[in-house]
Amino acid sequence: MTAADPGRPDRRRLLVSGLLFGLGAAGAVDEIVFHQLLHWHHFYDRASGAAGLVSDGLLHAATWSATVAGLALLADVRRRRSFAAGAWWGAVLVGAGAFQVWDGVVHHKLLRLHQVRYGVDLTGYDVAWIGAGALVLLAGVLLLRRARTHPAPRSPAP
Amino acid sequence: MSQAVWTVVLVPAALYLAGVARSRSPWPVGRTAAWLAGLGCLAVALTGPLATTHGDLRAHMAAHLLVGMVAPVLLVLARPSTLLLRALPAPAARRVSRALRTAPVRVLTDPFVATGINAAGLWLLYGTGLLTAMLHSPGMHLLVSVHVLLTGWLATAAVLALDPIGHRRGVVARAVALAAGAAAHDVLAKALYAAPPAGVTGAEAGAQLMYHGGTVVHVLVAALLWRQWYRSRATVRDAERAALPTPA
Repeated sequence: MTAADPGRPDRRRLLVSGLLFGLGAAGAVDEIVFHQLLHWHHFYDRASGAAGLVSDGLLHAATWSATVAGLALLADVRRRRSFAAGAWWGAVLVGAGAFQVWDGVVHHKLLRLHQVRYGVDLTGYDVAWIGAGALVLLAGVLLLRRARTHPAPRSPAP
Repeated sequence: MSQAVWTVVLVPAALYLAGVARSRSPWPVGRTAAWLAGLGCLAVALTGPLATTHGDLRAHMAAHLLVGMVAPVLLVLARPSTLLLRALPAPAARRVSRALRTAPVRVLTDPFVATGINAAGLWLLYGTGLLTAMLHSPGMHLLVSVHVLLTGWLATAAVLALDPIGHRRGVVARAVALAAGAAAHDVLAKALYAAPPAGVTGAEAGAQLMYHGGTVVHVLVAALLWRQWYRSRATVRDAERAALPTPA
């Protein structure tokens, strides 16, 4: 690649778009599945205290902001005809997996802000939560590597 | 009391319509509609049943969303400063334009400053006895509502930067300021749920309305902000392409 290659900033924008969208999608899945459908999580669980309130509010605002920003960048990448499905989905999975692992390790275990479920033995749930996140993260990394070694043919700029 | 409310609503409506009539170039009808709809939100929140159910946090939060979030977005979309500049005679317009670029205005319309002022006002209102005072005195109610409107308007105007006000930051800084303001709003809603102010009813439902309603409006503002960026990128791209040598 030469310095004048216009593909480089496009590729960075493609990856940033996927990462942001993945982060936001993981937050949305958490909200929809665990809060609204399963009711394992609650609006406020009366146990986590001020730190839980602050982290919840920050994460909520950060995830939807990331979703909107990721979609806007994606729209721009597509308009520039630099969309590559493999690399984008790889970045989405990396973003979502990283969010899930971070949530499971830092929020649940280190800071103990809230738990996956209440009133049950947590070991299996924690392994499943963090393990699922790690698997998604790994799948994303593999997809990104494959996209690097077998780049999809790029359509020429209009 | 309702006379004061109608002054707050009808005077700006009349001034805006007078501006449209005097505008030097055709004024898009959508902007006029946005201005009137924003003032309509104020009228609904300040005069209807929402204003008279004292002590119920659900009604209070519905009014709060209309006055502090929905109305500001509509008023910003109406671009009143742009209209003012187009309606005034040229010398007066130049004076206004200079005033909009002075240091105090530039500091106030910085997205981080404006968002901070907005969030600080809300934390004062709900973290101190001000809410109780507001719920039981019509005069206080109008005063606090106008303050919530103006700070919400300032924050939205600074983030969207549609009018020529002060210094305009890049899209990432404005998106971060918006997200920080939304986070403060979310944390405040959850704090109200956890520890409702004394003497209010419907606190849990009211706090959840504040949280979810706030999210809907914040996402909408973020979408408007990024749409603006997407459109401006088209201009940048055209300029880039024009600068490139034509391919053989």
